[in-house]
Amino acid sequence: METLEVKKDKTSKVKHKVQKLSGSAALLEVFLSEKVDTIFGYPGGAIMPIYDALYDYQQKLKHVLVRHEQGAIHAAQGYARVSGKTGIVFATSGPGATNLVTGLADAMIDSTPLVCITGQVYAHLLGTDAFQETDVINITTPVTKWNYQVTDATEIPSVLAKAFYLAASGRPGPVLIDITKNAQIQEFDFEEYVPCEHIRSYRPKPIVRKKYLEEAAKLINEAKKPFVIFGQGIILGRAENEFKKFLDKSGIPAAWTILGMSAIPTDHPLAVGMLGMHGNYGPNVLTNECDVLIAIGMRFDDRVTGRLDKYAKQAKVIHLDIDPAEIDKNVKATVPVWGDCKETLPLITQLIDKKTHSAWHQKFKDYQKQEDEKCIYPEMHPDTNVLSMGEVIDALNELTGGNAILVTDVGQHQMVTCRYAKYNESKSNITSGGLGTMGFALPAAIGAKFGAPEREVIAIAGDGGFQMTLQELGTIMQTDLNVKIIILNNQFLGMVRQWQELFNDRRYSFVDIQSPDFVELAKSYRIAGQKVTERSTLKKALKDMLECRGAYLLEIMVGKENNVFPMVPQGCSVSEIRLS
Amino acid sequence: MLKKEFTITVYTENQIGLLNRIAIIFSRRKINIDSMNTSPSEIEGIHRFTIVINETEDVVKKLCRQIEKQVEVLKAYFNQNDEIVWQELALYKVSTEQIVEKVKVERLLRKYGARAVVIRKDYTVFETTGHREETDGLLEALEPFGVIEFVRSARVAIINESSGFHEKLKEFEQTEPGEVVIENEYLDKKDEVFSM
Repeated sequence: METLEVKKDKTSKVKHKVQKLSGSAALLEVFLSEKVDTIFGYPGGAIMPIYDALYDYQQKLKHVLVRHEQGAIHAAQGYARVSGKTGIVFATSGPGATNLVTGLADAMIDSTPLVCITGQVYAHLLGTDAFQETDVINITTPVTKWNYQVTDATEIPSVLAKAFYLAASGRPGPVLIDITKNAQIQEFDFEEYVPCEHIRSYRPKPIVRKKYLEEAAKLINEAKKPFVIFGQGIILGRAENEFKKFLDKSGIPAAWTILGMSAIPTDHPLAVGMLGMHGNYGPNVLTNECDVLIAIGMRFDDRVTGRLDKYAKQAKVIHLDIDPAEIDKNVKATVPVWGDCKETLPLITQLIDKKTHSAWHQKFKDYQKQEDEKCIYPEMHPDTNVLSMGEVIDALNELTGGNAILVTDVGQHQMVTCRYAKYNESKSNITSGGLGTMGFALPAAIGAKFGAPEREVIAIAGDGGFQMTLQELGTIMQTDLNVKIIILNNQFLGMVRQWQELFNDRRYSFVDIQSPDFVELAKSYRIAGQKVTERSTLKKALKDMLECRGAYLLEIMVGKENNVFPMVPQGCSVSEIRLS
Repeated sequence: MLKKEFTITVYTENQIGLLNRIAIIFSRRKINIDSMNTSPSEIEGIHRFTIVINETEDVVKKLCRQIEKQVEVLKAYFNQNDEIVWQELALYKVSTEQIVEKVKVERLLRKYGARAVVIRKDYTVFETTGHREETDGLLEALEPFGVIEFVRSARVAIINESSGFHEKLKEFEQTEPGEVVIENEYLDKKDEVFSM
């Protein structure tokens, strides 16, 4: 590596440091400039030059060797979601790259900032069906915010700068950069790294327009029954404080989407619970009773809205979103507030009157009471000896005090966790929301622990989802990571079974899933664990798990045919939510 | 809402793969593209897509927002037929023998504003530009004599109310853009012709 000082411009007095670097080393230098600290990846033929360069950067860049590329990308997602930083993934060409697709789709729909680097065959072999060649750019186009193939090393600094800028700005998302092997090897003069701050065809942050803020404030001030529904936009926009101030002044009851959860503490006085298919009773029913619906950083997913033509038809809708494509997409906005909610919320807060809306808030509490009686009490006090999932989460809340990061998989346990978990801090609820990716929890929890090492990270999975990515126990073993794992085992693919029970006449078609001895499995990976089958040992077991200094797997047997309620059946209006 | 013919005009950077990014916005929603043309625009380095589809205005609006969301897209506009000037070009290959014997070529050419591009002993190639009905008209007229080959280009269109992209591009290039670029045009100017 030779270093020489040259004057870039004869008239300029600024001296630029120019280094002769390979494309691979340049990539890693860019990472250092972008303050990357952790990479999740898996080596292979077409990415070997990058891994060779990485050998010299081990002191500065931590590389986590996963067991499958899907594990790498979910880990990067977990890392990004808890830290607010961009997650980094390495994978090789061909199968390495195609194994990223599920994670890319997940990150795309859940707006998670990622920069994924895939190796590619030599540029002269492109299109020849070379070994491990696949058309990664075209495969990943629908599931990336941006992607680009680098065939010349000199492009690396500027393309990577663009990648980091695009992944994290505006509405975040995954970016994939495919680098051919020749570009990884090729040496070039690497000048000072210039981060990207502007792309002329890309507008991440709209100018906030006063007119709409005023209209929004007017609607809010005149509202008798206003209702706030919020999503991950608050967390992605780092606008938790701005949002709390808005709530405190407006006095409006607020409900979260699954990804908005933890943006405000779950016991916030104005928090009324979760929206959607398995959300709380009041928020769903009263969506169809409010007069002004204020949607913040959320996209009206069908799992939130239920039947659209019967969704909040009586309400005037104020929609705050950074992505113009979301406005009017599913629900027509009366007042669109296009912008970054970190900017728009304080401006609206300034314009609104201080209110309490206590009678209206009481309505939510009344519905909550009904839900408590009909759903929550039976869940917490089952009349059998068999544990319910709700009991487990309740006991866990007591022990963690709501300070842990919970990383859930997909299915019944996910809905139950999101219904009952307590959170004090933002970025604590990590789950696959939009895509509903089973197998997400274990790798995402690994990434979450790297992203927030000082916090307790607990993966909660079902017996089905856990078996989709359980090979990542190997990653935990090798990195000696303090991740806790709870498997809520109902010996069924529970959510599908619930639907088959309710809508398919109990025809249990291929939902009866067998599992290995999870505790023994963990043991083979040198991970401690135990199995709980009785109520009397639950708390002790949870305590053992939390007190263990390393990773721990706790398998908890729960009711085989328990259902998650309330439920808005598919195709029904939110006000048709069922309590049983 | 009724389905109508809409012409979508997209100003973009010149980037490999962007055609695919734009095309899959339609195919993902199972929307057929009637015609698509990519060409240079009034500005060097900026490309212009002209896409014709049959859809409701509501769907077209949403499509345009998804198109604009692509990183390399500068702007997308949609227009109905009375808001644009458009042309399509068609080529017809017919047997010279047939034509000379049976048709008054001169009348045909005049009626359809066509011209002969190639005249050979064995075949003649005619060309005409115009709206769909016009290019179809000549096809129909030639069909009885045997059309050996026929091809029609995608639509190219000029927006009546547009003042071009030069001024807009200047705004785009500024790090802190003015209202022209950043404003939520489709929200404000819903009913105007040149709107998004």
